[in-house]
Amino acid sequence: MAEKIGCFVCSGCGIADAVDVDTLVAIAQGEKKAATAMCHEALCQKEGLELMRKEIESHGLDGVVVAACSGRDKSNEFDFENVYVDRANLREGVAWTHEPGHEDTQMLAEDLVRMAMGRSKFASRPKGEPVQPNNRVLVIGGGMAGLSAALYASGFDREVVLVEKEDVLGGFANHLHKIYPKDMDLRAYAETDLDGLISRVAGEKKITVYTGAEVGRISGAPADFDVTINQGSDKINLKVDTVVVAAGWKPYDAAKLGHLGYGTTPDVVTNVEFERMAKEGKLQRPSDGKALESVLFVQCAGSRDDNHLPYCSNVCCGASLKQITYLKEANPQTACYVIYKDIRTPGHYEEVYKKVQKTGALFIKGEVESVQKGAEGGMAVQATDVLLGEPVAVEVDLVVLATGMVPTTLDTDVLNLTYRQGPELPEREYGFPNSHFICFPYETQRTGIYAAGAVRMPMDLASGMDDGAGAALKAVQSIELISQGKATHPRVGDLSFPNFALQRCTQCKRCTEECPFGALDEDIKGTPKPNPTRCRRCGVCMGACPERIVSFDNYSINSISEAIKSIFVPDEFEEKPRVIALACENDAIAAIDMAAHNSLRINPFVRVIPVRCLGSFNIIWVADALSRGVDGIMLMGCKYGDDYQCHFIKGSELANTRMSNVQDTLDRLMLESERLRQVEVAITDYDKIPQIFDDFLEKLEELGPNPYKD
Amino acid sequence: MSSKHTSVLVVGGGMAGVTAAIETAELGREVFLVEKTPSLGGRVAGMKQYFPKLCPPYCGLEINYRRIKENPRISVLTSATVEKIEGKSGDFSVTVSVKPRYIQAGLCDPKKPFEGLEATVESEFDYGLGKRRVVGIPHEQAYPYLPVVSESALGNPEIRKQLENTAGVDLHQEPKTMVLKVGSIIWSTGWVPYDASRIGYLGYSRYADVVTNVEFERLAAVNGPTGGKLVRPSDDRAVKRLAFIQCAGSRDENHLAYCSSVCCMASLKQTTYIRNAVEDSEVYVFYIDIRANKYESFYRTIQEDKKVHFIKGKPGLVELDPASSDLVVVSEDMESEKTVRVPVDLVVLATGMVPATREQKVPYDGVSYDEFGFLVSDPFTAAIIPAGCVKRPVDVAASVQDATGASIKAVRNG
Repeated sequence: MAEKIGCFVCSGCGIADAVDVDTLVAIAQGEKKAATAMCHEALCQKEGLELMRKEIESHGLDGVVVAACSGRDKSNEFDFENVYVDRANLREGVAWTHEPGHEDTQMLAEDLVRMAMGRSKFASRPKGEPVQPNNRVLVIGGGMAGLSAALYASGFDREVVLVEKEDVLGGFANHLHKIYPKDMDLRAYAETDLDGLISRVAGEKKITVYTGAEVGRISGAPADFDVTINQGSDKINLKVDTVVVAAGWKPYDAAKLGHLGYGTTPDVVTNVEFERMAKEGKLQRPSDGKALESVLFVQCAGSRDDNHLPYCSNVCCGASLKQITYLKEANPQTACYVIYKDIRTPGHYEEVYKKVQKTGALFIKGEVESVQKGAEGGMAVQATDVLLGEPVAVEVDLVVLATGMVPTTLDTDVLNLTYRQGPELPEREYGFPNSHFICFPYETQRTGIYAAGAVRMPMDLASGMDDGAGAALKAVQSIELISQGKATHPRVGDLSFPNFALQRCTQCKRCTEECPFGALDEDIKGTPKPNPTRCRRCGVCMGACPERIVSFDNYSINSISEAIKSIFVPDEFEEKPRVIALACENDAIAAIDMAAHNSLRINPFVRVIPVRCLGSFNIIWVADALSRGVDGIMLMGCKYGDDYQCHFIKGSELANTRMSNVQDTLDRLMLESERLRQVEVAITDYDKIPQIFDDFLEKLEELGPNPYKD
Repeated sequence: MSSKHTSVLVVGGGMAGVTAAIETAELGREVFLVEKTPSLGGRVAGMKQYFPKLCPPYCGLEINYRRIKENPRISVLTSATVEKIEGKSGDFSVTVSVKPRYIQAGLCDPKKPFEGLEATVESEFDYGLGKRRVVGIPHEQAYPYLPVVSESALGNPEIRKQLENTAGVDLHQEPKTMVLKVGSIIWSTGWVPYDASRIGYLGYSRYADVVTNVEFERLAAVNGPTGGKLVRPSDDRAVKRLAFIQCAGSRDENHLAYCSSVCCMASLKQTTYIRNAVEDSEVYVFYIDIRANKYESFYRTIQEDKKVHFIKGKPGLVELDPASSDLVVVSEDMESEKTVRVPVDLVVLATGMVPATREQKVPYDGVSYDEFGFLVSDPFTAAIIPAGCVKRPVDVAASVQDATGASIKAVRNG
């Protein structure tokens, strides 16, 4: 709780042209009881900042309201040691978007100052709680990605524990005859040198390797995980800070590909089996040992197929091309056929495709109809050439099915977390872990646990190695952040974390169920057991709690309630309705600022309140607003559903559920539920902002003033 | 490793560079991020949406910019280029030249002082399809959020005169040179679109209504030259029929021999721009293979749209029908084995990515490139660590992935 709050009003950037700044100072000082309040023409410049520092010192301020530009701008400048800083957005929120000198514009500015002062009364600068890390990373999986992760995460003061379930390191690459791109003449990538990688890992003193071992259990939280490793009958217990999951993949189960002839004869093999044949130097027909003279490759065998794997495994086209080179190198006369949907050789892999095309291999865009024993002892393949619309019939010595990749984690637990919300990483689809896979591909829903390699998404070995490096970075970086008491992505550096006033808890379990990051466990009665280092500080628990027992030092039910209660609500005869817009601070707030950048006119009856995430929306705020005579409440958050854009996974979705519940209650109380509205606002929807507000105000006008108005 | 300097230099402030800088700084290292334009964000800042989520790039950039603002370890240098690199891993001296913004020091109002100045120049951010004011903040989400005088305006004597009389503008500012001492260097200068004018038969230089995929992003973007309305550059006619020509200059020995790996998904995404906005619109996609490797289900959804027609074939000509002012795409259709002529309003060439390092080499001896200009390096010993599209042609997600890995390489190698 800030006790001595100063208010500094900036008159620059057109603010003084739009509003009477002296009145704002007077309101802060009089009505809102600021310890000090004053105006300056350019707060963000040297002189303005010096003035603020002086005032902070002479008055012993622990809270400061900067009534100037948007909180998105100049956050570095307006940062003072040990002082809680709040912002009243007079530039983007008033001067750039409202009619200068108008009475409604002035009222808006006054409210923004009142709201920031109100919030500050219930907020303080968080201090954070540093923890002592073990400086140890656990890497699960000793394939290319895991080896790479182990190598990069080790060093400096950090140790790595590498757990591999097989008896040797190397993972799937051990089974390959040749490795892309190292052995395939794809210019100068030195990266996929498996032996080199293994010997580097062996030479690194900070890495401890457990082979023939699995993780039996992980309990605790980042910077304090207790891990049990099962190695044969031995159990090894140790402490780690963070985890990289590089558990790899397995081939799609070819037994399900009977329609392509698999299982009926040894002369239909998978690409994995063919690789082994090549590695063993046995390029012969399995049934009788005849030298191979003709081979047909079926691409997408069980891939891009709703009955099997709906996705593309990304590497199988390249793999078949590589395998054709084995055949052509052994005997250039070998007839090679490829039945494909699309040949997918991104980037430099295109060169291999071109090279193989020149060997005379025949590529047929088509669908395989049947694979049966042929008249001449080979396999008779019937297919349709979809380009020519003609049937193709060919008898070959061997059929190779290019099967895809399935993440190990689809049906195998590898982490075995003792979390209330389950033992593994929540998945996005097909067994791959959920993340914001475009902008923040490593961010899983479990803090301090990062996936790498083919367990994260289908990828080739070179990408797997790079991916291991990326996950290692995150694993090491999160130790750094967490040990300082800081949040990891996306609120990186945030020192606040939720306090639970547990004596008032009614064990309803909403918080433990809704936390998107599995941060909360439960005791037997259902009381939440917070794990601060698992927390991402989104405030979903704060929004969920019906008893309102969750709060952050710098963000709480009370601070927002006080902002709402600080709004001056004119009586109904003044015909000045009031709307509160609770807006996601990453996207909706930015969109409103961008509307201001473009000088769009915004309805002056709306009072915008930034929220960490719409998931932190607590229904008590509706009661606060309606009982004060506010006419409408708007929730502005991210798109939700399958292609959700919320950076806390489902904040806006949870807010929507809560809002629907309140609407039901309002209906029962014969109050208009239309006074509540949620809109999905993308950050680039700035052009729609004026309309969004106007539409809502229009609806409220239809409904008439809030009956609770004075 | 005993390094003299532990700070890291990141060159190029697009998605890869921004990521590398932040990830490295959040690991506790000092970082200098050098970007040649006046704002960070690179190519993605000009895009309407990402595939496959159809979410705006500004959203992720917003989070990243906040991470930069809150991290005192990152120094961002915009309008800056690296002139010279000397030394070795652990002990580099890097000469950086920084161009002025020509805005008076201490001026905080980024808008008002320049409102009277109406003159415009061609907007590079819009690939020349639109105009921008000669002074202003580059775009809604520019970082840093500061005005800049457009360099191209300085050559125009008349505009120069107006600028001289504008309060807040200071044309006497000089470029500055500084020497940075760093331990390692991440090179993430990104890519440039392949020059479509070199594919003469596709009509890019002849017809204003043949545009590239990056230009089409600007035409569809709400902050683009048309405010997001899909109209033809030549005559403002609403676009209803649209053709995408895949592999325009890609997988082609005469142009780019490799596959840029993103153009198929980019075009599939762009079909949604018109299909979601224009009722009864028709889209034709001319392709060799559809390479939707990572996002098959997105491709599937587009395939189900009866108004999107996929034609396997390589167009040989784009010509104008003077009577209707339609553009006509002439192509083989491998399915019917016939030549098809498809009249459309606008043609989008799905051009590929050329690594920026093909033309702009790293000013340091001992850096190697492949025949296409991509950087080639050893991950454990490289003095200059590549990240993103200077290494391989990749999408945003893979670029971020690579940049994150590059950060730990920089910390270890340096």
